[in-house]
Amino acid sequence: MNCSDITKKYYRVQKLTHIWCPGCGHGTLMNTVIRAIDKLGLNKDDVVVVSGIGCSSRAPGYMDFNTLHTTHGRALAFATGIKMANPKLHVIVIMGDGDSSAIGGNHLIHAARRNIDITTIVFNNNIYGMTGGQYSPTTPTADFATTAPFGNIDVPFDLCKLAQGAGATFVGRATAYHAPLMQKLIEKGLQNKGFSFIEGLSLCPTYYGRKNKKGNAFNMHSYFKDNCVDLKVVQKNPEKGENKILIGEFFNGPKPEYTESYQVIVDKFKELRRD
Amino acid sequence: MSNKNDNKVLLQNKDWCKGCGVCVGFCPTKTLIIENDKCIIAYPEKCIFCGQCELRCPDNAIWITAGGKENEQ
Repeated sequence: MNCSDITKKYYRVQKLTHIWCPGCGHGTLMNTVIRAIDKLGLNKDDVVVVSGIGCSSRAPGYMDFNTLHTTHGRALAFATGIKMANPKLHVIVIMGDGDSSAIGGNHLIHAARRNIDITTIVFNNNIYGMTGGQYSPTTPTADFATTAPFGNIDVPFDLCKLAQGAGATFVGRATAYHAPLMQKLIEKGLQNKGFSFIEGLSLCPTYYGRKNKKGNAFNMHSYFKDNCVDLKVVQKNPEKGENKILIGEFFNGPKPEYTESYQVIVDKFKELRRD
Repeated sequence: MSNKNDNKVLLQNKDWCKGCGVCVGFCPTKTLIIENDKCIIAYPEKCIFCGQCELRCPDNAIWITAGGKENEQ
């Protein structure tokens, strides 16, 4: 196949090119996941990629690992089962914004609360792309969508704050434009022993971009370039963060991990049985 | 005179290219152009192998390799 070595190694090349629209940020973000896994040198057989339903959830179909395409919003429930059955696996969950925060909102907060060692990556394109551009829980207020022709009156979720509040032990955000930062966050998330939540701001030129007159894919990349500020910069100069999207590593605080705590219980039980 | 870019080649898979124009927009030397809804490496001699196109291409359709291979397409 006519492609780069890294593509040949980690993708099911016979399934490419992927289904996403021209300029979709999901492809760029999927590449950051691949590069992070390559950088850490993880064995392909030890990696499981799980997804739900939506544009973003098509990603595992193209990635050559142990992959599972599950039901809408339930990717974390399936991933929890996989991790509990075999804690040695590196479990990665790829979800969209609607998948993770609307129908799967409860799974997200409870997986975070338990601090189970799953790396959750959300491809957030601010809209339900696959079903025709309905507004999602992360569509900004006053933005347009198929189901919000006069502007969205909802207030969007800050997914990173939600995950941190629910108990995730590693939280970060990057964008499709900030691909090297995204890769670094995924690497750190994979190394973190606990629930890691990484939000990747994606771009949907077909629905979100067109409805909101954001221009083509390059213009939307440029928007991220001009309107995102790293948390470290804002901590030094708070005025630089005004009306900007914050990116970077937000939180990293270890806590007891769920499968390890469960193993302690199993061992205690075995000891009791022996007596 | 040799330099570190001597062996590098910019390659592409036109079958995978969807012509979104992200690589063309980010190319600092205008090596790439869009023609008939596909990206074309129009001026390979201008390429400085910065890797922006490879980093940003959503379709893995353009990449830099350390040489030896010819573009099959």
